[in-house]
This record gives sequence, C-alpha cells and structure tokens, in this order.
Amino acid sequence: MTIISEAILNKYEAVIGLEVHVQLSTKSKAFCSDSASFGNEPNTNISPVSLGLPGALPYTNEAMIKSAVKLGLAIQSEINRFNYFDRKNYFYADLPKGFQTTQDNQPICKGGKLKIILPDGSSKDILLNRIHMEEDAGKSIHDLDPKYSYIDLNRAGVPLLEVVSEPMISSGEEAAAYLTELRKLVRYLDICDGNMEEGSMRCDANISVRLKGETVLGKRCEVKNLNSIKNVQKAIEYEITRQIELIEEGIVIEQNTLNFDANTGITTPLRSKEMANDYRYFPEPDLLPISLSEAYIQEIEAAMPALPEQLVVKFTQEMNLPEYDARVITAEKAMADYYLAITDSCENCKAASNWVMGPIKSYLNDKGLSFSDFNVAADKIAAIINLVEVGKLNNNQAKDVLFPAVIHHADKDVQDLAEELNLIINDNQDELEGFIDATLAKFPDKVKEYHNGKKGVLGLFMGEIMKISKGKIDPKKANQLLISKIESLR
Amino acid sequence: MLAETTYNYSKLEDIQADIRSGVLRLEDLVTFYLDRIQQLADLNAYLEVFGEEALAQAKEIQNKIDNGTAGKLAGMVIGLKDNISYKGHRLAASSKILDGYVAIYSSTVVERVLAEDAIIIGRLNCDEFAMGASNETSYFGPVKNFADTTKVSGGSSGGSAVAVQANLCLASLGSDTGGSIRQPAAFCGVVGLKPTYARVSRYGIVAYASSFDQVGPITRSVEDAALLLEVIAGKDFYDSTSSKEPVPAYSTLLNNSSKRKIAYIEETLHSEGLDPEIKQNIEAQIQLLRSQGHTVEPVSFEYLDYVVATYYILTTAEASSNLARYDGVHFGYRSDSSKDLISTYKFSRSEGFGDEVKRRIMLGTFVLSAGYYDAYYSRAQKIRRLIKEKTEHILEDYDFILTPTTPTPAFNMGEQPTDPVVMYLADIFTVGASLAGLPAISLPSGTNKDGLPLGMQIIGKRFGEADLLSFSKYYSELDKK
Repeated sequence: MTIISEAILNKYEAVIGLEVHVQLSTKSKAFCSDSASFGNEPNTNISPVSLGLPGALPYTNEAMIKSAVKLGLAIQSEINRFNYFDRKNYFYADLPKGFQTTQDNQPICKGGKLKIILPDGSSKDILLNRIHMEEDAGKSIHDLDPKYSYIDLNRAGVPLLEVVSEPMISSGEEAAAYLTELRKLVRYLDICDGNMEEGSMRCDANISVRLKGETVLGKRCEVKNLNSIKNVQKAIEYEITRQIELIEEGIVIEQNTLNFDANTGITTPLRSKEMANDYRYFPEPDLLPISLSEAYIQEIEAAMPALPEQLVVKFTQEMNLPEYDARVITAEKAMADYYLAITDSCENCKAASNWVMGPIKSYLNDKGLSFSDFNVAADKIAAIINLVEVGKLNNNQAKDVLFPAVIHHADKDVQDLAEELNLIINDNQDELEGFIDATLAKFPDKVKEYHNGKKGVLGLFMGEIMKISKGKIDPKKANQLLISKIESLR
Repeated sequence: MLAETTYNYSKLEDIQADIRSGVLRLEDLVTFYLDRIQQLADLNAYLEVFGEEALAQAKEIQNKIDNGTAGKLAGMVIGLKDNISYKGHRLAASSKILDGYVAIYSSTVVERVLAEDAIIIGRLNCDEFAMGASNETSYFGPVKNFADTTKVSGGSSGGSAVAVQANLCLASLGSDTGGSIRQPAAFCGVVGLKPTYARVSRYGIVAYASSFDQVGPITRSVEDAALLLEVIAGKDFYDSTSSKEPVPAYSTLLNNSSKRKIAYIEETLHSEGLDPEIKQNIEAQIQLLRSQGHTVEPVSFEYLDYVVATYYILTTAEASSNLARYDGVHFGYRSDSSKDLISTYKFSRSEGFGDEVKRRIMLGTFVLSAGYYDAYYSRAQKIRRLIKEKTEHILEDYDFILTPTTPTPAFNMGEQPTDPVVMYLADIFTVGASLAGLPAISLPSGTNKDGLPLGMQIIGKRFGEADLLSFSKYYSELDKK
C-alpha cells in the first residue's frame, strides 16, 4: 500500500452501515426445543428439526419474539404487530434444510436509534433500519481433517436477531462505539452474552467512500468475519484507506464481499457480486404468522430493566455523580447493579462510586473477574463506607487493610473484622494529643518553619502522627487538633 | 390358501364383530393379508412388508380385544404411503435419493393410529415425493390397477389405493397435495378423503408442498374413513399450522339423510378432455340425487382455467425449497462421483431425483427467482386467494360442491404424455379444493363400460368433514343401478 497524505484522506468521507448478528441466550432453539447452549459436544443438541430430517416441522420459540421486542423497545423501534417468517434458500453443508428461516420484508422491529459516545465525549445518534429474527446455521470445521470437513449442528437453529443500522456511521471509531453501545444494551436486557470472540455477536460492515459533499453513494464492499470490536475498527480503517487509494488511482471499486484477516490486518475478496446468490425468499408455509397484541408488548415494556442511558440520568441528576463516573459505572450492567446495591445501604453515593471504580474494579481486573463474580456482598462495602463516614475508620486503612480482609472473610461482619484488625479509630482525645505533642517535640525546626509561613510542613506532621498511631486516628480530627496545637505554640 | 371371500371385509365394524363373536382371529386376518400381498406382489403396491411385526402386533391386540382394553382401531390393518415417517422403518418417498434412510421418529399420524391399536403392515408405493398422477414416477416402478392391470393406479398415492382395492389391507393412509388421495381412489373404486388443510398434523410427512399437503384415509367404506380421520385429526404441537378446531366423533355422526343443497360446476361438464362416459356418469349422479329430493344446481366457476397453473406454480415453488435438504450431505443417497461439496450436490441430486421431481424443482426455482417472483409466485398467491374466496362463496349457498374426481378413467400404463402439461391437466378437478384448503372426498360412482371404476368428488365446507362424511355415507348407500 502506498501511503496517501492526510490531505487526500480528508477530501473523502466514509459511509458505513453495520449488520450485527446478536445470538440470543434463550434456553432452546428458535424453532424447536433443542438446547441452544454453547460449548456442548458436537452434534448433541439436535433433533429431527435441527437435522432437517424429512417430515420435520418447526415451531416458534416465544422467547425469541420476546427478546426481539425487548431490544426493539430499548432502541425505540416501531414494533411490527404482524410477523411472519420467510425462507432464504441456499445450499451449504451446515444448513441442513437448504434454507434459513428468517424475516425478509416484514422485520419485527423497524427504525429506532442508538446513542453512541465517542472518545472525545461527544455523542451521536445512529439510526437503525431494522431488527429481524432468524435462525443460525451450523458450523463447518475445515481444519480437523485434510480430506473432509466436519459439521457440528448444535448451533443450527439457534435464534439470532439481525440488527441493521442505517449507513450513517462515518469511521472505525464510530463503529466501535456503536458496537460497544449495542453490546452494553443486549447485556442489560439479558438477551445475549455479547461475547464477540465466542461468536455471540458477529458483525458485517458495509463500507463505501465518496468525496465530501457528494450525495451519491460510492460502490460498497461488505467485510465479513469481524469477531471483535477492535477488528471491526481496524477493518473499517483499512478498507477506507484502500478504497480511497483505488479511487485516487482511477480504479473502479468492485462491489465485493471481503474477508478480514485479523493477523495481517488486511481485507481480501471472498466473492464477487456476480457470484451472489438469488435467495428466492418466500413466506415460510410451515409457520403461522404471529400477531403481537398491544397487551403483550405493554407487558414486556413494563418488565424492562433500567437501561444505561436512563441510569446515567439517574446517577448524575438524582445521585449527583459526575458524568464521568456515571458512564464508567453503567458500562457494565453488573457494575451498575453493584453500585446501586451499595447505595441501598449507604448515603454517600460518591464514596460508593469511588469504591466501585477504584478498589473493587482494580481487584476484579487483577483477578480477571467481573462484577457478577464478585464474592463480597454490596452491603459489606456499604458498611465500610459508613465506618469511614462516621470517623471510625481511616479511608486508606479501609482500602489497603480492611478491604482485602473482607474479601478473604466474606462471611464475617465488617465491624467485627475491623475490630479484630485493630483498625477502629481511637477517639481518646488524650491519646491523640499525646501523638501530636510527641510529633511536634520531635521536629522543633519544622514547627519554626510553620510559624514562618511554610504551611506545607503540616503534611509531614500528619504523616508522623499516622505512623506512630498506626493509622488508628480520624485524620480530620487529628488535622484540626494539630493546627490548634501548633498555633498555640507561636 | 385362504379363501378371499372369507376375509373380504369392507369395514372395520364387521371385522370387530367377527373377532368378538370368535369367528375371526386377528392373527389369521394378518396372515391372510400377508399371503395375499405375496400372491399379488406383481401389483407393486407394497415397497416393504412388516410381516413379523404385524403378526406380533396382531397377537398383542387380539389379547387386548379379549381383555376388553383395545383401542378403536383394533382389528384394522393398514398400509402407509411411503412418505409417512414410522420410527425404525425405511422411508424413501419412492425416491432413490432417500436410499438407506431409516426414520428416527414417527409421524404424529402414525403415533395416533398405533395408540388406537391399528396394525401397520407395510410401506406403500407412490409417485416420487408424491409428484405424479399415475404412480409411474416412483423409483420403484408403477403400481398396477387391480381392476385392469394394464391401467395405472393413479397417483400419487397409487400403492395406498391399490392395496385397499385389492384387499391387501383394510385401509391405508395416503397424502393429498392436489388430488393424490382422491384421484387414485377414483381410479381404483375406493373411498379417498382429503381433509381440510390443517385438520391433520403434517409432522413426519415428507413435505412436497407445505401449504397443500394433507394426510387422509383411503378405505373401502365411508365408515372407516370417518373412523380413521377421527383418530388422526386434531391439534398437534409439532405442526404449528395444525388447527385447534375441535375434532367431532365423525364415526358417530354418520346418520344424516336430510335434504341437501348441492352445487355442481357448470364448466367442469364442458371442460376439454372430459371423458364422455364420465360426463354421463356425473349427470346420472346429479339426476339420482335430484330424484331423492336434493337440490342440485349448476354454478359458474370462472377460474377453472387457472386452477392447474396456479396449483403448479405454488406447489413447485414450495417443493423447490422443501426438497433442498436432499443434498447428499446429511442422509440418503450420495453419489460416488462426489469430490467436494458442489459435486456432492450436483451428482447426488442429478442421480438421486427422477425426471418429474427435477422438473418441478426447476420450475419452482424459476418462479421464485429474482425478476420472476412477482409475475409468477406473487400472482399465483393472489389467484389462490380469489379461488378460495369464490369457492367459499359458493359454499355459503350450498352444502357441497360436486364434480367428477377425474376427467378420464384410469389410463394405460406407459401412456404418459410427453408434454407434462397435458398430464397436469388430469388434476383439473381435484386441485381446486387443494388451493382452497377445503375437505374433499372421492366416492365410487360406478364403472365405465370396460369395468373401470369411476369416482365422484364432493367438496365440503372448511372443517365440515362431519357433514361431508354423513352425506358420503348416505350417497354410497344409494342404489346406483
């Protein structure tokens, strides 16, 4: 690749639309009762329906419909009241029926929007075209045998939602933000685990470029097999540059389907438009159309969990958290839930936020765990915060000594543990005065410096007081007393 | 050898009476059928006989009868069309492409007849994937008409009709997509009922055209048709298109001799290619019914010229998709020339399917293709709706619609026209009820001068099988000279 200048790149804009396959975490498959779980022995979750045996007929899993409605409501789509399925006909070894059951003309959700937050803090609404329901294919495994391919049909028939954005994403960065938001949403709604690496969310990107100000779209290429948010961003960035280069060289872009190789970071043609299938869609005659009543949709709406954007508003407006904190905490549903659980038992929301974003998150990160794996009940953290609040516990001691102990003895009472560890602040005034007097006596020169206006030496005194008291003092109180003592020595 | 007359039962009720009175043992009846199947093997009605199993079932069910615990089909020996899945048994849809396939589950209809103690004696020949009207598209060869073995059985349920006609079982299950029960029943002089679409579960039936296929009985009496339907009909969780409409006890609702209002379609009697004897026969039936005090009136059905084309566009479209699963990858026949995925598809399907099936797959693929969908598939759907509405409209004023079942009697074997469209026109009277999803029955209405059976079709109202069957029983008992 030749390197083209920033100036040339800036003449162009990219137009990107994403198709995301969200694999639903329903118990059973889309059109039969076979388990939809991931990671079982190959070809164990299969019945005549999954196998496409002669005479087998599908029946619709209501949990798939419900998941689709949930996601549709969350992104403010119009929910289609009259749904039917279509057959998409094509031959492939891991598609046992020779057609995929999907929705063609009448998707369950039309329109909608997703607000994305970019790294610079700005936001943009990405409009959605549709969400439709369909079934997954099985898996072909080509690298187990030199001569034959193996087929695992456990995944055949697992329900998917295909989420199609309007072509209004303009960079790899925006695409990454969009996927991050979408993943967050499906996790909040508990309809998909959102693990792109395991294939629970798969993304195809349609990318074209055009000169800024141009209204006609350029020829687009579709990049497939994007299995992480990072790769989506990389593939898009690569593809934008590639297309601009071709145009600059006067070469016409071919409308191809491309494969992205995550190892080399480049895209290569998979098939050309001429090789495109004619899928011969027609309404699936083996399934009855499904009408969704107003009451059904309202029932789902009423049971919807709070969504990240709603939580951001609640955290900033009702709980007075900085927007930064609110965004960090809502990035993960389990984290937001944990934060909320702490605030059930303590007043200081900011302290709860600090604990969640600070010691707890770094502990979990170190261990490679997530908030849902955290073994310490939220009310224990609340108890720690409350001890600090009332001046019985030093905040640093709380983080460095008590917190690890609480993790270790998650069943023990926090107050008891703090006492056992001898961390409860002594409110004996005489003892505190003794520490202060000893400190001031130790550093007479520094006392002089203070009297000469060098207030900074207070830190040194406090450090010494902490040291000799082994931290078991209320720093606020100690600070006040220290100042009054040192002033009285003038 | 057992005398045929001894075991020439026309209905289950008589068998059950003889067993109860001790005149008949069920095992002897089964042995009779097994011997007779062997003697008449040349008819080619059976593809496989489940002899030992049937005898074992007979023993068990005889005990149940003796103990008074038998189901309502106890004593009924039936054959299954080779497109009905029966666990542990071969299933081929009379095609090479299902070579070696053994069903791992039973269709709902099989489970239901077994639960009522029917005995399944074997697998019956049919047109390949139920596509054909003469049973000559079967990979296993044609079925001969027992009335004249130079004539075809009709199809696609040819084996099912001949087995009942030749007393190789008391009753059989067939399937009807555009006449596949009614037309062979007419050719063979037996009773063939296609139920209302959605009346009977399609789970486990090798699909030809999903929005048309229905399983139904082929019997020697209306009573047995009613009884079998009563057993196999009803909502099935495994077929989401099956209807929740309650199933009446048809067999107990057969006595109704009220005066009926019947329409016959004027155009059918003037249609090109209608055999003159059949025309006479149907006119005679009309007169007969009138003489019994029924109102029989001509009505016009302006869509008659469109029914065959509409039927073939829609059924082939569905078939092209339904038959995609026979690809040589997962089960059934795989060509030895398969080198990779594409050659596996190409060779297995080219070698595994017969000409008629290939023709219909290609036609169906064509009518669904981009650029042709609106001109064919979409338009045919619209015409289907018009046909349905028009037929239902007629049935608002009349109890039944009456037509000949077929335009000709059973034709010569090997006489299949080179132009398949001429062959397709043989379905002209039967596809209407299929397009409309209405119940229709073919009843023997006499014979022609050569002794070939003729059939009369009666189309009923949606889920109006009880009425249709009671009138059929009444008609079948009329003296037709």
